[in-house]
Amino acid sequence: MGTVIARRLAFMVFVLWGVTLVTFFLSRVVPGDPARLMAGPEASQSAVEHLRRIYGLNDPLIVQYGRYMRDLIHGNLGFSFVTRRNVRTDIATFLPATIELAGCALVVGFVLALVIGTAAAYRRGTATDAAGRLTAIAGLSLPVFWLALLLQLLFHTKLGWLPLGGRLDPGMTPPPHLTGLLTVDSLLTGHFATFVNAVEHLVLPVAVLAAGVYGLMVRIMRTSVLDSLSEEYVRTAQAKGLSRWRVLRRHVLRNAMLPAVTVLGLEFGLLAAGVFVVESVFQWPGIGNYAFQAIQANDYNATIGATLVIAVIYVVINLIVDICYLYLDPRIRYT
Amino acid sequence: MINQDAVEQGRLTRGTAGQLRRAPWAVQPFLAESWLNVLGVAIVVLVLLLAVFGPFIAPQNPNQLNLFAILQPPSVHHWFGTDNLGRDIFSRVIVGTRISVEVAVIILSLSVTFGTALGIVSGMAGGLIDEIVMRITDLFLAFPGFVLAAAIAATLGPSLQHTVLALAVVFWPWYTRLIRGQVLSLREREFVLAARVARAGRVWIATRHLARNVLAILIVQVSLDVGYAILATSSLSFLGLGAQPPTPEWGAIIADGRNYIQTAWWWITFPGLVLALTVLGFNLLGDGLRDWIDPRLRGSFGGMQG
Repeated sequence: MGTVIARRLAFMVFVLWGVTLVTFFLSRVVPGDPARLMAGPEASQSAVEHLRRIYGLNDPLIVQYGRYMRDLIHGNLGFSFVTRRNVRTDIATFLPATIELAGCALVVGFVLALVIGTAAAYRRGTATDAAGRLTAIAGLSLPVFWLALLLQLLFHTKLGWLPLGGRLDPGMTPPPHLTGLLTVDSLLTGHFATFVNAVEHLVLPVAVLAAGVYGLMVRIMRTSVLDSLSEEYVRTAQAKGLSRWRVLRRHVLRNAMLPAVTVLGLEFGLLAAGVFVVESVFQWPGIGNYAFQAIQANDYNATIGATLVIAVIYVVINLIVDICYLYLDPRIRYT
Repeated sequence: MINQDAVEQGRLTRGTAGQLRRAPWAVQPFLAESWLNVLGVAIVVLVLLLAVFGPFIAPQNPNQLNLFAILQPPSVHHWFGTDNLGRDIFSRVIVGTRISVEVAVIILSLSVTFGTALGIVSGMAGGLIDEIVMRITDLFLAFPGFVLAAAIAATLGPSLQHTVLALAVVFWPWYTRLIRGQVLSLREREFVLAARVARAGRVWIATRHLARNVLAILIVQVSLDVGYAILATSSLSFLGLGAQPPTPEWGAIIADGRNYIQTAWWWITFPGLVLALTVLGFNLLGDGLRDWIDPRLRGSFGGMQG
């Protein structure tokens, strides 16, 4: 098992290096002058030329890439021309917002999928089952941006129940920074009104993202519950006279969880796409919004930094999933 | 990922070939399986009809301005209402169907052709070539696809053509992986061995025996991906990275309507509804086909979500 993990880690480094290579050269072939972007439209030609010399923008691309990699190894992601801050600082600022959003969506979608998937499996072939299938496919078919706008239209514009976007009302002071997750921080420091406000802001974006999570997960839950229902140990447990609830909890669900773990990698890919769109619609100050703005402004240090962070998280999650799988089921062959 | 594993272990092959032989024109048993299959087929047929005949049945020119009828709510004259320039949203949505279907067809033709060819080569060649191709696909798959597509589309400059190219770049590795897995398991099957014994050439085996047998799984995957391609295209257009105004692409129409969300609810609602139903139709069809061809894959949804 040790060698397998070592091989996976080596592969992870290779993949991340590939990501830097792709994003670096992709962002440098864009027409447009980063030095001009940095200096601003009114700057003189000599000032632009000066900046270009300082940042070595006249050097061959391969030299620039070497310099970027040297900085990267020292943990330096460079300077964002748009926010005029260090990209690492930017990411540290924006990432918690995304973690809070995506984490809540994952939990909500998963719980929903667990309940509906189990119900569909127990009532196989009935209307409940068909509804489970239809909602699963609907969850993956609804355009994220449209669902987001529709919910805004209904719950903000028409009903006025929920805020339009952002993480807190404009007048609200954020709680002291502990984790960066506003709900957690406000609870820990006893700012209850802030907590309620943060939750209100979370409801709509989380609902939109959770729809996709649910869609991907519910049918897998259904299938694995069905599989484990037909196992001998479930029959044994039923024969022992255990209550239905106990059989479900201790015998069926515990074994049905494994396939759900394996789709976490896929879930993350879906969430990354969703976060990109949802954060833009809800003005959520997270990493997706940051990456989107960076891409649009051709702010290449920020673009590479943000995509690299997303890729790191993605690769690490897949590694964890693989290790879990390996640990839980030693029969799996790695080739 | 789960789907991928199943495919690579060659679990698909047994059911597939047999089903395909009796399948192609016998639609009835497929429809009888579930009313959701009927729904999927009905939506897909309707969408395809609209894509072909849309420009002829649209009641008005989709780009015809009418300043006397701006921001009209839905009515008998304007089923989906009008936008801020008085354009008929229903006509724009109808004409937009062709754009979405066309885009999906181009994206998938590009990625399926390239991905399948590379997958067959990789699976048949083995060794170093296989290793290199697989590591390259790993590189692409290590990236959330939509984010990569957005980056490529932005780099090339916002336009519908560039979005198509960006999505094709993101899609092909999935097909290479899928087809390579199939080829690896088919290679050891008796009919390929028999062909080899009969001294059939590699190209003959690849085109006559392998390509035909991966067709069924390919059809399923494509029908699932059409929905996703349409969805991804309009998402990119919505973000301003794809189709540009005044193109009546669904995502672009919704992006325009976003600024009028307070006054004109119909503007974003109807185009989005049509988009959602279209994607739903293709997903229902693909999902139903997959279950029908191989019930063992039930529940493992799709390939490249994200």
